[in-house]
Amino acid sequence: MGELKTTETRIVQPSEQGFATTRFQDLLHWAQKYSLFMYPFVTACCGMEFMAVTSPRYDVSRFGAEAPRFSPRQADLLWVVGTISQRQAPILRRIWEQMAEPKWVMAFGTCASSGGFYDNYATVPGIDKIIPCDVYIPGCPPRPEAVLDGLLLLQDKIARGDREPAIVKPRTDPATSKDHGLVQLRKPGRGLLT
Amino acid sequence: MSQRVLDLLIQRFPQAVLETHAQHGDETAVVEAASWAKVAEFLKASPDISMEMLTDLTAVDYLEREPRFEIVAHFYSLSKGHRLRLKTRVGNAQGEGVEVATLVPLWAAANWMERECYDLFGVRFVGHPDLRRILMYPEFEGHPLRKDYIATRTQPLIEYRDAPNIDKVAPFGFDEGMSFGRQTHQFLTDEE
Ligand code: SF4
Repeated sequence: MGELKTTETRIVQPSEQGFATTRFQDLLHWAQKYSLFMYPFVTACCGMEFMAVTSPRYDVSRFGAEAPRFSPRQADLLWVVGTISQRQAPILRRIWEQMAEPKWVMAFGTCASSGGFYDNYATVPGIDKIIPCDVYIPGCPPRPEAVLDGLLLLQDKIARGDREPAIVKPRTDPATSKDHGLVQLRKPGRGLLT
Repeated sequence: MSQRVLDLLIQRFPQAVLETHAQHGDETAVVEAASWAKVAEFLKASPDISMEMLTDLTAVDYLEREPRFEIVAHFYSLSKGHRLRLKTRVGNAQGEGVEVATLVPLWAAANWMERECYDLFGVRFVGHPDLRRILMYPEFEGHPLRKDYIATRTQPLIEYRDAPNIDKVAPFGFDEGMSFGRQTHQFLTDEE
């Protein structure tokens, strides 16, 4: 979002049809970030808000993420919406394992992010205890705006080619850090999933 | 409201009814554990009481009392429109001998409620056709709503991931957190 420096408008003549250059990885990430096929793993009250997000009023399809796939093999974005009990944890892990790479995970709401107020024998204290998670959306339940913000953050992350799971880590921006090249899918020696 | 029910109950079981009280129009009778099923059967069969519906069945753990557990059942008569709360007390301080007769032959509704009660409190319902856990998984040890179940004890079915900072909780410092996104300020640069 640079500042608009020039106010002149110039008509491109048909005779000067040119070409745009980009890097292949950039193009790939750009395509990936607008074609997220989501698998909704909806377990609790946050599901209401998930329905609101996908309904026309907030319309998640504006961001290219509207098509739900109810088979994990066809999906690349796992929405974990709601409380995950210890009993469900193996199911969630299995769903995640069935998804093909590249795949992303969103923790929707406080329960999925940290267990929320369920600090007890029955609830998993955050899905990152069992699967790597890319974006955490806070709120109980989060407002649709917060969800869309989380989705934009994920798209940002995809565009940067950052495949590191988002556990609490030092705040270094891959875009400004020499270590994380914009086009680099993974650092040498660092696994995709840990 | 249903003081008459209490009177009938005491008249029929003068020995088994240990105490009764009424509060805000809700009558309660505490009976001996041995006559639990017999009293319940009378409540259902007696034409003057005819409790057709078992609304709730649960337990309470009074850790400091002996007997330690109180089984609580709520009955409602659809035809007469009155209610009764029936209680009994079982179990010693160690949580052993927590046994009471099942009500499944009388009310089918008792089936899942007794399973829940068994799952969470460890009350054994003698004669229950299928006394398995209903909410927790079969691998779960102990009964989580007992007062001596350690509050922080969890029993995960799968191992947690082994990743740095996985147990970290908020608040986070200014220099940690999500590293991506539309940042408006930059705390750390490569030069630092
Ligand atoms: S975060 Fe709140 S709204 Fe969402 S599942 Fe948990 S309790 Fe329900």
